[in-house]
Amino acid sequence: MNEHASPRLAVRGLAKHFTLHLRGGARLQVLADTSLDVQAGECVALVGASGRGKSTLVKCLFGSYGADAGELRLDASDGPVDIASASPQRMLALRRRDIAYVSQFLRAVPRVPALDIVAQRLVDAEPAPAADDLDDADHESRMNVARDAARALLGRLNLPPALWDLPPATFSGGEQQRVNIARGFVQPARLLLLDEPTASLDAANRRVVVELIHEAKARGAAVVGIFHDEEVRDAVADRCVELG
Amino acid sequence: MDEAAEPLLRVRGLSHRFAAARDERYAVQDADLDLFAGEVVAIVGESGSGKSTLLNCIAGRIAPTHGEVHYRDATGRWLDVHGLTERQQRVLARTEWGFVEQNASDGLRLDVSAGANIGERLMGQGERHYGRLRGTAERWMARVELDTGRIDDSPRAFSGGMRQRLQIARNLVTRPRLVLLDEPTSGLDVSVQAKLLDLIRMLTARMHLCALIVTHDLGVARLLAQRTLVMRHGRVVEQGLTDRVLDDPQHPYTQLLVSSVVMP
Repeated sequence: MNEHASPRLAVRGLAKHFTLHLRGGARLQVLADTSLDVQAGECVALVGASGRGKSTLVKCLFGSYGADAGELRLDASDGPVDIASASPQRMLALRRRDIAYVSQFLRAVPRVPALDIVAQRLVDAEPAPAADDLDDADHESRMNVARDAARALLGRLNLPPALWDLPPATFSGGEQQRVNIARGFVQPARLLLLDEPTASLDAANRRVVVELIHEAKARGAAVVGIFHDEEVRDAVADRCVELG
Repeated sequence: MDEAAEPLLRVRGLSHRFAAARDERYAVQDADLDLFAGEVVAIVGESGSGKSTLLNCIAGRIAPTHGEVHYRDATGRWLDVHGLTERQQRVLARTEWGFVEQNASDGLRLDVSAGANIGERLMGQGERHYGRLRGTAERWMARVELDTGRIDDSPRAFSGGMRQRLQIARNLVTRPRLVLLDEPTSGLDVSVQAKLLDLIRMLTARMHLCALIVTHDLGVARLLAQRTLVMRHGRVVEQGLTDRVLDDPQHPYTQLLVSSVVMP
């Protein structure tokens, strides 16, 4: 690896604790002085016993958890940014374009069909000016282009086409997870965060996810993942980093 | 970086104490808030936390005891909302702003038809052409999933969920830049709530408008709002990205609020 290339992601001295006010102010120090570099095109698997802060690190990188100390420097599409100190507006813009996060759980507004949950992610990444007319054909045509990409991805993930136009609320865990994966991968992110992306998938779909991760790396994404499935981890990770 | 760099609304040091309040109790104390175009922001908290009072102070309906509300209008001018005359406030309220009441009948005119409710703001802006008014009203009824065949019916005959959708159409028809919503989904059945949430989400995203939504329902904040403020006893105790406020709450009260719901 080129030592002079600056990493896509540089974590320096990250600390994170939780104060449980409802438990008499008990203090849980989860991460202390954690540092990590991830290059573009590299996949780092976080390993370590449960409770060592793997998910916490991933959530700090997505901004769902605030960092107590340290720097989370991302080489974003419009220049370097410290995720730990980014404003909410900046963080939202990063999430639209540069950072994708696939968790184990799908959260979506009820009534939105699976296909549009995935397609919307692509449309959101390229913000259009406010529509002058809500019926404008332009939005529909951008949605339709995005739906084609969403269909291709849901098809690869073997989600039955009969489900594409339905909201995922009634889907099985594995089906919801595949919608979530499609949403995470449809927009080529610079930083891809994966928290157990294959937890409820069968072998065939795990292989599809492995392919998708390889493609994301080939595109230059930096990947930080938690994979309890060792087969998947061995197939995608360039190295493992032990926390705790 | 982008158009979000300059806020649309700026609230500084806003406090309000109702004249009838006993002792020194403030309904809202020292609230600061910036709102940006294209974002949905939720104010959460229990009843009595001051969230509706803050909303009404922002809307210009209550003159705050202290503090300022500044709004950047469509021409880029900053207006001191509480320095405007009543007439100027009314013009703002029916052109660039919208207000969706918790109780839809407070935000509708029940003695005129659904179509006239939608057309009222357009007429206020000078539209007089009957065909165009009716056409726009029909389009908006369809957009909020109301049967266009009921355009001549009074909203009195509508269910709560239908009235709420009509109220949203009535507010959005003039394409406001800032919409304030006071508990828009409370009191509705869960399935009706879902429809309304989806509508608000779709319209705010498509119209690139800024929405400030008061709700006691953390699920509503989670699904609709990019940012959330938590109020308690009149004070904003915590604010930030919605998922950060709900998943990594710092204030003891936010932790209590989050731990008190089944599925936040």
